[in-house]
Formats: sequence, structure tokens, C-alpha cells
Amino acid sequence: MQYSSQAVAKPYFIAAIGLFVGQILFGLIMGLQYVWGDFLFPEIPFNVARMVHTNLLIVWLLFGFMGAAYYIVPEETETELASPKLALALFWIFLVAGALTILGYLLVPYARLAEITGNGLLPTMGREFLEQPTITKIGIVIVALGFLYNITMTILKGRKTVISLVLLLGLWGLAVFFLFSFYNPANLVLDKYYWWWVVHLWVEGVWELILGSILAFVLIKVTGVDREIIEKWLYVIIAMTLITGIIGTGHHYYWIGTPEYWQWLGSVFSALEPIPFFMMVIFAFNMVNQRRREHPNKAATLWALGTPVMAFLGAGVWGFMHTLAPVNYYTHGTQITAAHGHMAFYGAYVMVVLAIISYAMPILRGRAAANSGKAQVVEMWAFWLMTVSMVFITLFLTGAGILQVWLQRVSEDPQPFMVVQEKIALFYWMREVAGLFFLTGLALYIISFFVGSREEEATV
Amino acid sequence: MSEKFTKAMARNIFYGGAVFFFLLFLALTFDTHGELPKRDHRENITEKVAMGKMVWEENDCIGCHTLLGEGAYFAPELGNVYKRFGNSKEGIIAFIKSRPPQGIEGRRSMPQFNLSDEELDALAEFLKWASEINTAGWPPNIQG
Repeated sequence: MQYSSQAVAKPYFIAAIGLFVGQILFGLIMGLQYVWGDFLFPEIPFNVARMVHTNLLIVWLLFGFMGAAYYIVPEETETELASPKLALALFWIFLVAGALTILGYLLVPYARLAEITGNGLLPTMGREFLEQPTITKIGIVIVALGFLYNITMTILKGRKTVISLVLLLGLWGLAVFFLFSFYNPANLVLDKYYWWWVVHLWVEGVWELILGSILAFVLIKVTGVDREIIEKWLYVIIAMTLITGIIGTGHHYYWIGTPEYWQWLGSVFSALEPIPFFMMVIFAFNMVNQRRREHPNKAATLWALGTPVMAFLGAGVWGFMHTLAPVNYYTHGTQITAAHGHMAFYGAYVMVVLAIISYAMPILRGRAAANSGKAQVVEMWAFWLMTVSMVFITLFLTGAGILQVWLQRVSEDPQPFMVVQEKIALFYWMREVAGLFFLTGLALYIISFFVGSREEEATV
Repeated sequence: MSEKFTKAMARNIFYGGAVFFFLLFLALTFDTHGELPKRDHRENITEKVAMGKMVWEENDCIGCHTLLGEGAYFAPELGNVYKRFGNSKEGIIAFIKSRPPQGIEGRRSMPQFNLSDEELDALAEFLKWASEINTAGWPPNIQG
């Protein structure tokens, strides 16, 4: 570790992995509820399990992003963090607030949680992914401000690199667009319009800046390629991201009451959204092929190559599949959407966080550059198991989605939702089995932190 | 990438592109705001409809259902449920009211939310209003 304050990244990464486990367990519960309708009913109804599943995902990715920033920024700026103590204090505040929110979901009915937390004063709850009580949302803003203050001050006093500036821009964008979660008008159409300013402008906008900069950092480290080349690529990729992605928001404005010109704008621009992901694949493989050093951390290189490939497949290909308005007319709000969501989030954001953890954690734990060969082998098995399982989860959900679209929306005799759900149950069973394999991969991933720790560090 | 294409050029494309397209997005948003009143029939958003939206939110209905195709995919689309139930608020209210508290064995079941008559009426009124939004002909058929 070059700077001692980088050590604050470690608790962030540990918390991220812990919450990741929770996310997957609740995913398995929901998967089972799809085919065994009254599983855990009425104690944990589906909507509660889903809130826990999606909110844990968001929170652990945020822990991952923050940990990444605390690790990357001192090294990029060549200076210690402005305040490691603030970083540590915010860690505990965020963790406790997050845990209390999740417990709130699980222990009291949601309507009661809304009442206890005074949702009536400033109603923001009950919208997909933004289910957190208003006080939790305010807490998130406070934590984000403290975090941004810390990172911004560090960058201001140190060397300014493209990676740290792009990361900073992404993180500020994340905080700014989150503020739209406080706007919840009685008019559902307006509510939905600006809800996407949080959700879409996060995952298909500013989060991609964070993704790009983390990936660029890891690639510089593991390949030793000249910073100038990597930074040029980074600029081009994120330029394409925002050029296509901002107006690409229009692909959510087809059927929610918004004017119909969005069908053209959304289709054209979102059809271009795979381009930056494809460039990311070319970029990562080129950099690794042109590497000027052999890095002993093979596992980190694997994650860094896997991220753009899976992001391109999940976000790019599976996104394109249903993004054109005439197609989306039939697929909107079906298992096709679920299939895309799973692989896109895994490929883009889960994998990039695991890539930076893979690179940084050995160093944070006192190694010079890498874990023992044995630990890396286990970690790489985890990579393949999780990644292949996610491919199958996505394929099974896609199968379910195609049948659903056909039976419920396209065929001459459209059938009711629940009738169709029962007919496609086989696909849900196969998805659940793939989910169990994913859990096995995750278990191996955690085991990889505990094996071979007494053995010699791997060499090239 | 070629030597002629410099990092400064890439940076300019990024900042220029981001600013241009964000401004374009703001302009389109402004235009959308002008068009929306014709499509969302906001004159019909009564206090009861607004209360219905609160009931919808405070029971996390979106955690199982889709509304205009957005939400969870565990339970039926509700943007057109008013029409699917034969343009009937009573049908919606009766369905929500009659959910068994302990569920239905082996099957998906909606929880019993114990809503008051006022809340039920408001929720149904909200779903009725939602069914009248001009959604460009979506969903493709009455099944949602």
C-alpha cells in the first residue's frame, strides 16, 4: 500500500461482500416464490423480498464504489486522503442506516414503516428501487456529501489525473441525480418521468463514468500500459456513453404517457448505447495484449477482462434486444426486462467492484501485489462459476420472457398473466437451479479470502 | 488509436458531447412538459386520486405489480386493471378486500393489507385515472 489512508477502503469492501451475500439469498427466496407461491408467506411476501434484494444490491455497489474511490484516489493524486477519520465514521453511519432500513423492511409491514418514519411529511417511498424511508434518503445524501467532500478535497490538494477526475464527475453525478428521488408529484406520469432521472441517468449515465475509471485504473496497474493511451480510451468511451445514453433515456418514455416522438429518439439513441460497451471490450483486451509487465495478480486481470465482456452482453446486447419501440411494445415489463437487468447489473457493476476488490484486497491485507497462487485459483473458479451461472439465469429468464410475450401479448388468443406464469414455470425452476450454482460460486469467492494466506505470494 | 487523435481531442468530445446532449435533453423535457397535460388528463387528479397514489406507494404495490409496465413482474399489470375488470371500481375493491390473510396454498397470493373503505376507494380511483392516461396504445391487449 503506497498511502496509509488507503486502508479505509478495506471495511468498505468487506461490507460490500457481506451485503452481496444477503442480496443473493433474498434473490433465491424470490426465485422460489415464483414457483412456490406461498413460500414464506405471509411473513416475507414477494415485494418485501424484492426490496431487500434490489436495495442490498444498490447499497453494496455504493459501498464498493466508495471503497474503490478511497483506494484509487490517494494513489492517483499521490497524496493521503483528506480525512481518513471522516471516511471511517461515514462507513459506520452508512452501514448502520442501511442495516436499520433492511430490518425495517423485514420486521414491520411497509405501510407501518412509512407511518413510523413520517412518509406523509415528504412522501418519497413506495417507488421501485427508491423504497427507502425518506429519512434514510436524507441520510444517504448526508453520507454522500461527506464522502464527496473527502474525495474532492483530496483531489484538489494532489495530482489531477483523468481517472480521478472522471471518477469524481461520476460520483458527483450520482449524488446530484439522486436528489430527484425527493420529487414525487401526485401526477404519476411526471413521477415516472423524473424517477428515470435517478434510475436511468445512474446506471446508463454517471455510473458508467465510475465503471470506466475503476476499470482504467485496474488496467493501468495490471498491464503497465502508458497512462496517456488508457486515458484517451477512457475519454472516448465515456463520451460515447453520454452521447448515446442521455437521450437514450427516451427508451423509458415510450408507454408512460409521454409524447410519441420519444419512440424515435429513444429507439435511435439507445440502439447506439452498446457502442461504448463494445469499445470497452476492445480497450480492455488491447491493453492486456499490449501489456508492458506481467502482473502476478491473474485473478484481477480476469475480472478486468470479464467486466467489459459481460457488460457488453448484458447491457449492450440484451439491452438492444428490446430497446426498439416496436419490439418494446411487446416486451415492456416482462421477464425479458428481468433477464436484461440481471446480466447488465452483474456484468457492468458487480464485476467491476469485484475487479477492484480483487486488485486492492491483497495489497490492503499486506501482500506486495497478489495473493498466493492457491487463493487465486479458487477466486478464478468463483469467477467462472458466478459468471456462467449468470449467463444461464439470463438465458432461462429470456426463455420465460419469449413465451410470456407470445402467450400473453402476441398470440391470437391472449391469456391472462397468471395462466401464462404457470405455463412457463419450468423456466423459473431452471433459473432457480442456476441461482444455486451462483450461490456456490459466491461461497467459493468468499473461501478464496481464507485459503493459502500462509503461502508465498504468487509470482509471474 | 492513432497518434493524430490526441487525448485533448478525446476530452473535448467528452465534455462537448455531454453538455450538448444534456442541454438537448433539457429542451426535450421542456417540450414534454408542454405536451403532457393533453395526455395525462391532470385535471382529473382529484384529492382522492392523489390519496390513492399514496396508498399505492405506502403498501409497495410496485414490489409485485407493474404499472404502465414498470415495477416487478410477479403479478399482473395494473395500468389497465380498471378496464380489465369491466370498467369497475367495485371489482378492484372486492378483489383487494377478499385476499386471504394466510395466502393460498402453493400459489402466489396478494397479501391482505386491511385497507379502510376510504383507502380502497382512493386506490381504485387512482387506478381508474391511471387507465385513462394516453400510453400510445400500450399494453397490446387487455391482459396487460
